[in-house]
Amino acid sequence: MYGYSGRILHIDLTERKTWSEDKPEEWYKLYIGGVSMAARLLWENIEVGCDPLSPGNPICIAGGIFAGTPVPVGGKHGMASKSPLTGFIGDSLSGSWFSLALKRARWDGVVIHGQSDSWVNVFIDDDRVQFRDATKLLGLNTYETEEAIRDELGDDQVRSATIGPAGENLVLFANVTNDGRQAGRTGHGAVWGSKKLKALSIRGTHGVTVADPETLMKLSYDITQAAQGPHTAKYRIYGTATSVLKMDRMGLLPTRNFREGTFEHADLVSGEYMHEHNHVKTIACAQCPIACEQMCSVKDGPYAGAMTGIDYECLFANGPNCGISDIRTVIKLVDLCDRGGMDAMTNGVTVSWAMESFERGVFTKEDFKCKKYPEGFEPYFGNGEAAVTLTEMIRDREGIGDLLSKGTRLASRITDEERGTESYKWAMNIKGLENAGYDARALKTFALGLAVGTRGGCHNRSAAYDPDITGETDRFTVDETRGRVAGRSEEYAAVYDTLPLCKFIRRCFTGKADRAGAWPAIAKLINATTGWDFGYDEVDLIGVRAHTIKKAFNIREGWTRADDHLPYRWQHDPMTKGASAGYVVTDEELEYMKDLYYEYKGWTKEGLIPKSKLIELGMDDVAEEIGV
Amino acid sequence: MATSTSRYQYIACDADKCIGCQLCELACSYTKTGEFNVFRSRIRTVRAQEVLITAVACRTCEDAPCVTACPRAAMSQDPKTGIIRIDATLCDGCGWCIEACDFGAISINPETKLAEICDLCEDEPDGPQCVKWCPKDALTLTTPDQRSQQARRKLAIEEVLGPA
Repeated sequence: MYGYSGRILHIDLTERKTWSEDKPEEWYKLYIGGVSMAARLLWENIEVGCDPLSPGNPICIAGGIFAGTPVPVGGKHGMASKSPLTGFIGDSLSGSWFSLALKRARWDGVVIHGQSDSWVNVFIDDDRVQFRDATKLLGLNTYETEEAIRDELGDDQVRSATIGPAGENLVLFANVTNDGRQAGRTGHGAVWGSKKLKALSIRGTHGVTVADPETLMKLSYDITQAAQGPHTAKYRIYGTATSVLKMDRMGLLPTRNFREGTFEHADLVSGEYMHEHNHVKTIACAQCPIACEQMCSVKDGPYAGAMTGIDYECLFANGPNCGISDIRTVIKLVDLCDRGGMDAMTNGVTVSWAMESFERGVFTKEDFKCKKYPEGFEPYFGNGEAAVTLTEMIRDREGIGDLLSKGTRLASRITDEERGTESYKWAMNIKGLENAGYDARALKTFALGLAVGTRGGCHNRSAAYDPDITGETDRFTVDETRGRVAGRSEEYAAVYDTLPLCKFIRRCFTGKADRAGAWPAIAKLINATTGWDFGYDEVDLIGVRAHTIKKAFNIREGWTRADDHLPYRWQHDPMTKGASAGYVVTDEELEYMKDLYYEYKGWTKEGLIPKSKLIELGMDDVAEEIGV
Repeated sequence: MATSTSRYQYIACDADKCIGCQLCELACSYTKTGEFNVFRSRIRTVRAQEVLITAVACRTCEDAPCVTACPRAAMSQDPKTGIIRIDATLCDGCGWCIEACDFGAISINPETKLAEICDLCEDEPDGPQCVKWCPKDALTLTTPDQRSQQARRKLAIEEVLGPA
């Protein structure tokens, strides 16, 4: 078998033992890699209904079919466990050297079971696995942890995925970092922390072979060249932060906890402004010829020295969404999250929830007492130092940071129960995962995509903002096409997330991002790597299956139609300013679109999956368990 | 302080342009071994800090210290091209050449345990494959003289027009 080793590595932290599981080629043809294979491994290995922070929730990592080869942007891996934020599937992607090391160590996936009784760094050294004491790594940030492990092992080719202090402290939106990249969302870091797993390190020394290397080299070279052209210019020059001004013009830039979609200081936090004032260098993940990571630093002021990669999502959440117009403060906030090891998107949206709650009198200055400010402080919108302090308090779970470390859904629930307030009305999450940086009140197709999304308020799994923004669909209204558009969008994204290939390459195959251009090109890459005979239909099915296994997981964990919801604010409070003012998504619109979507998917009106549909996809064992 | 006083061509990396993608390593290892493996690449990327990234291969030093250091006379230098050649029948993998090299440009093959070094792809009709693959044109086949000429030209342009 080319492209795979045929082996999954199981690691039991409770018993400190390991074993190898062989998987047949047919299994790989169904689940491929990335988020799909990770989700399938989770389906096979979790204790159904378990607490996400209990030993029964495994960490499942799946490699990529193209990792370790020259296929551009194929150096990625998927990670899945039950999310402590949502209670449903938590699936993330990360990239770079770790993914390549996993492939060279000849493991297609890793499943980490149980719970260690002391802090551990698991080191996969090709075929050998060591459980190393991680006590001295405690408290180190994500970057420091990686370096400390390389120093300790005396080899700079050791690649590690690590948690920072936030993960150690069980911040529910802590994440897992490798090589400066993150499996960012849904709280994997808290799951790692619950298992006392500080880091997973890999040294892989074997060469990677493919079925038809000459063809693969030629295809990869051409894509690499195309990736230097106009199709990736946006990412290469300003990175995704260039979207700030466009979103602002369209009235979609979440501002002050999604109250408005336009920010009066947008020009001060734009990608263009940052490029001019703060840009240090553009860097890439391993195996990526595009390079979108815009490393930005703070050169003066109280946060001088902060430096990290800034993209649109982190920027919106910690900038406009908190009313913050000083880009240096935004860089500091993202830097704190990246080094502390937590999801900067959820952090920004949680801080903004706290700010609005303060302004509305749910919280008072007293509630914000901490070591740094013993008398408390006033986190009104735009108070950058308050946002920085809150982020530190979340990371350390100090004071009110303990409440905020649970994300907006749980934090608002606890607050409302204790104080008789209604702060859930401005808790901007879906299924417990905080929203991405597009206001969906006036992106109706995207609103559907988000509501039905298996992991919550995520722009990566549903790309349905695209037709709304480009004008392919009328973003202000709903019609009978939306179920299909949202469904197809989700399945399209799932193909990339499963191989995985970074979506930024999507226009480099033929100039267009559509299936007709990309799928045949991707099929050629798959065939040259594995020796399989994939065509358009097989590639298209990759996405359908990936999405279906995640949905099946949620159903088994108790999902019902009511879980496909939108934040209260998007349904009740129209914006007052900008190009999207005046709109909400009504219950009627949402339920109508959900009907259309379930119908497109071939599911029941309750959103459950018929047995026949699962069997058609080759997922007979899933049909047995949850099919209707 | 590492120096190269060579008149020979070598693979240079412009650290301002290098993004750390490793495609050079994958192209190199495939060209030399038929497999993709950064451990078998004769050019290596280095990320010393988050934004400090470059790639290093043989600098084809004049009177190359690695050749002098080899206790078994397994290494020789082509007087015309400066390319270092390693005779696998003489090399025993002792690693003295590695110690002699200021650039970290020599590595031991993990399977054969013998030393390996960049040969500027002298057998490839389209030249060094790492240069061909580098997506940001950070890698060039150049000489120290050409490098200083480029630096002077860049400086001149910047002094007239301001930084790019």
